[in-house]
Amino acid sequence: MASKLLRQSRLRALCCSHIRSTRFCNTTRATYAFLKFRPFSDASSSPSPEKPLSHCNTKTNTVMERGSTSTSTTPPNPSSLKEPELAKFASIAETWWDSEGPFKPLHVMNPTRLAFIRSVLCRHFRKDPNSARPFEGLKIVDVGCGGGLLSEPLARMGATVTGVDAVEKNIRIARLHADLDPVTSTIEYCCTTAEKLVEEERNFDAVISLEVIEHVADPAEFCNSLAALTVPDGATVISTINRSMRAYATAIVAAEYLLHWLPKGTHQWSSFLTPEELVLIIQRASITVREMAGFAYNPVTGRWSLSDDISVNFISFGTKNSQ
Amino acid sequence: MTISGDLICFENQEHEKKHDFTDKIEPIEPYDIAVVGGGMVGMALVCSLASMPMTKHLNVAIIDSNPALGSKVCFNKEDPPGPRVSTVTPATMALFKVAIRRYYFAMAVFQECHMLALGNTLNSIGMHILIKCSALGSCICWLVEFAITMHMDVFYILDVRKEWIINRSSNIMKDPYYMVWDYTGLGYTRYNARDINKEVLGCVVENKVLHGSLLSCLENTDFQKTIYPSRLNLMTLDPGCSSAENKSSRAPLSSLGSLAKLELNDGNSLYAKLVVGADGGKSHVRELAGFKTTGWNYSQNAVICTVEHTVENQCAWQRFLPAGPIALLPMGDNFSNIVWTMNPEESTKRKLMCEDDFLKEVNSALDYGYGPHPKSSLLGAGNMFSWLRGEVTSSAKEYFEVPPKVVKLASERMVFPLSLMHAKDYASKRVVLVGDAAHTVHPLAGQGVNLGFGDAFALARVIAEGIAVGTDIGEVTLLKKYEAERKAANVMMMAILDGFQKAYSVDFGPFNVLRAAAFHGAQFISPLKRNIISYASGEQRLPLFS
Repeated sequence: MASKLLRQSRLRALCCSHIRSTRFCNTTRATYAFLKFRPFSDASSSPSPEKPLSHCNTKTNTVMERGSTSTSTTPPNPSSLKEPELAKFASIAETWWDSEGPFKPLHVMNPTRLAFIRSVLCRHFRKDPNSARPFEGLKIVDVGCGGGLLSEPLARMGATVTGVDAVEKNIRIARLHADLDPVTSTIEYCCTTAEKLVEEERNFDAVISLEVIEHVADPAEFCNSLAALTVPDGATVISTINRSMRAYATAIVAAEYLLHWLPKGTHQWSSFLTPEELVLIIQRASITVREMAGFAYNPVTGRWSLSDDISVNFISFGTKNSQ
Repeated sequence: MTISGDLICFENQEHEKKHDFTDKIEPIEPYDIAVVGGGMVGMALVCSLASMPMTKHLNVAIIDSNPALGSKVCFNKEDPPGPRVSTVTPATMALFKVAIRRYYFAMAVFQECHMLALGNTLNSIGMHILIKCSALGSCICWLVEFAITMHMDVFYILDVRKEWIINRSSNIMKDPYYMVWDYTGLGYTRYNARDINKEVLGCVVENKVLHGSLLSCLENTDFQKTIYPSRLNLMTLDPGCSSAENKSSRAPLSSLGSLAKLELNDGNSLYAKLVVGADGGKSHVRELAGFKTTGWNYSQNAVICTVEHTVENQCAWQRFLPAGPIALLPMGDNFSNIVWTMNPEESTKRKLMCEDDFLKEVNSALDYGYGPHPKSSLLGAGNMFSWLRGEVTSSAKEYFEVPPKVVKLASERMVFPLSLMHAKDYASKRVVLVGDAAHTVHPLAGQGVNLGFGDAFALARVIAEGIAVGTDIGEVTLLKKYEAERKAANVMMMAILDGFQKAYSVDFGPFNVLRAAAFHGAQFISPLKRNIISYASGEQRLPLFS
């Protein structure tokens, strides 16, 4: 409880300090909304004190683990995660690669998210956008990789990818699936958290965490970790859902209850972040937001495309300030 | 290094052992794409993959037992043109221009120069056609124009067949036109390229020339391709990985486990991320992948051959006869190609009858046989639609002409059964169908190969888009994008062609008059006419008034 209060006050300080400096016109309102609605789960509020031991499974030891299910250690209980969220994803982990299953929306959206990432990273790292493997030579971490839906395409685009997820089952699925293709079998999957990677002092040219921040307990702490993983002048890409009425109507009411695209309860509207809040938090973590785009869904073609409308799904690209 | 790595090594050893026993090559390196069928559509796909930056690194296997694939392409200019030809619409030409480096295409076609620009156009909509061909001239203009826009070495091209150009250029006419009529003599329609402000409405190219130019186009790239001169025997598709969790207790699959495995007649087998079925109407890939089809036979056969005239034919003809249309397509010099649709009994008879009798029947079918020539002013149709006309298309005032006599058979007669077939799905995980494997149409339109080329280029583009965002190219969500795009276009064209086939298989007085009225409508209503031409030349998706 003490830590919860501590964190709350820290956030308030964070927000207040930005009310003065920010250039977003509706930040004040957004900030208040932020303070008012953000629920703080204390389930996983403190970093687990025991063993800072790495859960990082290189390919070899994952393969070994596969044989014996008993090896599974208790999932790590790190600071920025919510326990119920982990259970939620563990229960549907097997369907990650079923393109008609509960993760269908992610499958459909994936090419669009990757198009954004491709374009911003090619520009930032001065890579050839006409190359089939433009990310050759880049070290990228996919935080909250799930079944590896994003990690695998990144690896095919030439990146050296590390995928991390706190749900061990996800990592097992991701490992199995990645091993089906020689190109993606080079991905390093670890059942760990961003915080743990920071402790291990890992660094990456680009840190990508898509549709994850709305599932963590402490977005500010999470962003700090992402920033700590990014090399100076490296890139950070974060996507989430806006806390707008339209997002409530589409991402929750329509997607979960009417269209059944997502299992009910996938998203908590109150855990969503507005773009202003996100910018604020990641700026605080010394990342400058360079670009932001929204995703627009065309119900006729069933496709997603990038747009300026960030009122529902949005993605932001930032670069870490080089001190 | 890793366990699964060891497993792969182990498998290698196993394969080597097998190798010792059976003396077969067992390549372990999987291919990105295996194209089954190296015909025109298959090669167009490969060429187009070879020409795009995103796909040019792909490792492609082509499986076809046709020996032409392995050998150097060469044609003897003295040989009469072969009986199998394709009409290529401007839209397809445009695709070639964009998708494949037009240099090679233009060069190859030009050197072989059995190519004659002419209107396929209405051809495609099944109305038909007398084409007075400025064609050749336009074709040269077209090539030179592109040569210039592409900064090609124009003079080199001209040097290749200087003599030919000089000889022919005196014949250049400025207005290609197209005439359509039927056996009842009730109506005809005539179309000009300039109705839609175009120089060329299409061209007739021998299949072997088209195929050869695609091959030489490919030879000029450093694209990684392997040709397997064999047939597909067996195809094992990915067992599916959505149930990956269940396998956790078993030994990990080798990395080849998720790929499609193809076993060939000669004992070779290969793995590929994506199998493309470009193996024609009786597609083995379609059968092995379990795609369902719908369709019916027309119980009509097409008799195809090359014939010779005493004079140079610059006109393309098609006439609707009670048993089916007969088409006379100019192929340069004094040669023309005949595509004659009739019922199966007649086709066997006409294939076997002596040359003189056959030529007599052809001449009668193209002239007064079955009915009179259409009169230009019949029913006063010119005035009937005058209130609708607006600005009259230039071809509306031109008259009907008679095709030149056929004097000699220049090739064997080939007979093909005709059918309409459409696959319910074009794509599933790791398999996709293109061209005739996905759809066969009635040849009265000359659209079959154009639909196929459309498929090939669309698929290549979808694959490139997928690679750009790191998608597995065998992924069904990606391939469905191709399916959605092509299905709409193909089904529309098939419905129209089938409609024409049906309309002409009825011989009933009042209906014939209606049909003739439709002809007149097409002849005299300018917007309709323009729409028909541009749809048939593949430029517009739907035949709607614009």
